[in-house]
Amino acid sequence: MFYGTSLSSRLMLGTAQYPSPAILRQAITASGAEVITVSLRREGRDGAAFRDILAGSGCRLLPNTAGCHSVREAVTTAEMARELFGTSWIKLEVIGHADTLQPDPFALVEAARILSADGFEVFPYTTEDLIVGEKLLEAGCRVLMPWGAPIGSGQGLRNIGGLRSMRAHFPDIPLVIDAGIGAPSQAMLAMEMGFDAVLLNTAVAKAADPVAMAAAFGQAVAAGQVAFNAGLMPSRDMAAASTPIFGLAELVP
Amino acid sequence: MRIDLNGEPLVTAATTLALLLDEQGFDAACVATALDGAFVPRGQRAAAVLSDGARVEVLAPMQGG
Repeated sequence: MFYGTSLSSRLMLGTAQYPSPAILRQAITASGAEVITVSLRREGRDGAAFRDILAGSGCRLLPNTAGCHSVREAVTTAEMARELFGTSWIKLEVIGHADTLQPDPFALVEAARILSADGFEVFPYTTEDLIVGEKLLEAGCRVLMPWGAPIGSGQGLRNIGGLRSMRAHFPDIPLVIDAGIGAPSQAMLAMEMGFDAVLLNTAVAKAADPVAMAAAFGQAVAAGQVAFNAGLMPSRDMAAASTPIFGLAELVP
Repeated sequence: MRIDLNGEPLVTAATTLALLLDEQGFDAACVATALDGAFVPRGQRAAAVLSDGARVEVLAPMQGG
């Protein structure tokens, strides 16, 4: 449950960088995503077409605070997004460095506290750091969104051990892998590890065929979720025969 | 008076944020506004008085990740 909302598709899809509005619309449909991320910018010329896509998608909107580098900017952007999109969900990004796009955990916790107290349902873009995660929960967050790898890098899960620890440390908190996913196999791995959802954008938008890639991600995330629920076998260092030895014929001449 | 609208200098006759949106042809229902870095809710735009040098942001939905 994500702030009381259950989602059957656990893929959350970004809406930026698509070759055209038509391809964006088709990609959303093909992905099966029920949540799409959006942003706020100075009014451009093609705003009306985008608003139509949002309304027609049937998806729940998750506005972001992308590009904000301070608590004040992020809080003001969140307030504007809540009014404009009519939702208290906010993907809280407070970026610490323009090159790495790494979250600033100190400002993130402070902004999360202010927004949670004001009734926002905060999805914080954070690292796999366990103490930052605890501070975000203390600040009022009920979902955490650790990065897989730096935004737009397509590196997948760069610190698998750290992410496994995070999953184990917060067994009852919805955890969404946000950013850095480049291939469906990486999204599927995150789901097999027990993460609750995957949020990605560039891997679909920049694919040669974004609509087909959106479908591939939708299927991978769904398969990973089923696999986790089915219970993966433990891995072994040595072989173990799967075909029974009992009843084996003696064929040595 | 002179203000900054979305980072561009502008000379306006509007005295409030609501009048400015009207003057500049924005669809008031489809934008969110901030004045000098602080959010101004829709219902408070008519009471938000502009002064010389005011920095106004008018934001709309945009693609995002």
